Amino acid sequence: MHPALQAETLYIQHFRKKDEARPLSYYLEQMQGYTALGKALKMAPDAVIDEVKKSNLRGRGGAGFPTGMKWGFIPKQSPKPKYVVCNADESEPGTFKDRDIMRYTPHLLIEGMIIAGHAIGSKIGYIYIRGEYTREAKLLDQAIAEAYSKGYLGKNILGSGHDFDLTVHRGAGAYICGEETALLNSLEGKRGEPRVKPPFPAQAGAFSGPTVVNNVETLANVPFIVNRGGEWFSSLGKVERSGGTRLISVSGHVKKPGVYELPAGAVTIRELIYDICGGITDDKKLKAVIPGGSSAPVLTPDEIDVVYDIEPLMKIGTMMGSAALMVVSEDYCAVKLIKRITKFYAHESCGQCTPCREGCKWMEDILHRIEDGHGREQDLALLLDIADNINGKTLCALGDAAAGPVSSFVRKFKSEFEAHIRGKKCPNV
Amino acid sequence: MSKVLSQKFYDEMKKLEPRYPNKVALLLPALHQAQEESGWLPPEVLEEIGAYIGIHPAQVREVASFYTMYNLKPVGKYHLKVCTNVACCLRGSDEIVEHLEKKWDIACGETTSDRKFTLMEEECLGACGTAPAMMVNDDYYENLDIPAIEKIIAGLA
Repeated sequence: MHPALQAETLYIQHFRKKDEARPLSYYLEQMQGYTALGKALKMAPDAVIDEVKKSNLRGRGGAGFPTGMKWGFIPKQSPKPKYVVCNADESEPGTFKDRDIMRYTPHLLIEGMIIAGHAIGSKIGYIYIRGEYTREAKLLDQAIAEAYSKGYLGKNILGSGHDFDLTVHRGAGAYICGEETALLNSLEGKRGEPRVKPPFPAQAGAFSGPTVVNNVETLANVPFIVNRGGEWFSSLGKVERSGGTRLISVSGHVKKPGVYELPAGAVTIRELIYDICGGITDDKKLKAVIPGGSSAPVLTPDEIDVVYDIEPLMKIGTMMGSAALMVVSEDYCAVKLIKRITKFYAHESCGQCTPCREGCKWMEDILHRIEDGHGREQDLALLLDIADNINGKTLCALGDAAAGPVSSFVRKFKSEFEAHIRGKKCPNV
Repeated sequence: MSKVLSQKFYDEMKKLEPRYPNKVALLLPALHQAQEESGWLPPEVLEEIGAYIGIHPAQVREVASFYTMYNLKPVGKYHLKVCTNVACCLRGSDEIVEHLEKKWDIACGETTSDRKFTLMEEECLGACGTAPAMMVNDDYYENLDIPAIEKIIAGLA
């Protein structure tokens, strides 16, 4: 067994119990449920924020922004109501960890949100959950009802004088609503189009009020931090500036796909694939790894000795994103794969920014013709040029998310693209 | 104009109203609730939702058409949405789609002539560790292959 699997975990032992872990009674008895809330309500809001800062908790949705700092941006005084919004859109392809939190330990998320409300001075929270997760939305509704019935939600929580109301708000099928300002527009009943920033949500977010938007796993970590201290949480991480454990979604061609929990930065990608997930399906050779959801630039087998965490991956030109690792074995066509990824971004572009709206579709068309054997030699330079004209030139990160994978595939699998163009068909068929 | 939405719809909306600072925020919940009742969102439903919220029907349509889950055309009794995004296509979702297209002699986005099945390709369902995955109406089915799909379809009366 890999030593990282023997480290302390916060979630996975409860996930294994599945439906048994969900009720409030389990949460109270087995997970010190709502004791962190009692403790936090006796602390000054700034002291809670300081503890989260000390914990080195970084956003688990993709950007990896320090959570305590994000909370610190919320103005103390505001004429408009402040909001805590949970991003439960889980839309980055390859990511499925938040679903387990909502299915098996929903009260962790609820408690984390109430504590966040106390820390920033907000009385209203929304969980924006992707529309497809209908079952999870119902489970959250039930858990919220349990929390109201015991006085953890509503008026004068635990006699503290603090109020907090929480509502589940369902999305309706749009990847872009994982982007926080698109999510806020969608919450307000509008099209999920990202906003011009500034103003950032901390100044003007939901319904123009100061708003903190955090991922499910980020908020679920908060009760642990309050109960056991920021320093303890920080010490769980094995690399600097990354506290806690990470829920990692592994999919694709591995023997044991699934959600894993490991200390932040405890393993390399090689260890993750071969020692933890049992290696490649049918013992085939590894061809490619997409390390952080489909928006992350691709890695080749000679690059997988990198430590799987935010900074090490950034240093080699890719990203950890939402910790969604997708593994591709030797016999899957690289052109087919990047065409599928690009088709996704072309479909999900909200259409506001011309480089993204037109560029993604154009890249998809070119990749389509290369795969079909109608590509031209100059298409590879054209793809890189289009990607370069999208990257960094759009309102939100969707443009970059579409451009980075295309340029990395073209550069790293160039000979496979050329074989399609010169042989006028897919060499893998 | 006679009402097409049920009393249940208005009761549900009444419950949600105090949870939002304005009525426009009820648009997505209203569209979900209406679709749950009628399976899709015909123009008269969009119009009535607009009247309830206090916005123009065109504003309702521009929002409804942005999101893939709102059906602006009727769908079959069983709406199959097969995920074909990265993790699913790595594990054989293309074969599943092809199998269903052949079996029913329809293309993705179409409905069988008996109105029983609508087939669609879906973007990532967030079930990548148990790929390939699909939804039938509101329910997830995971770890699919062609025999598993055949069994599921046989169980849909």
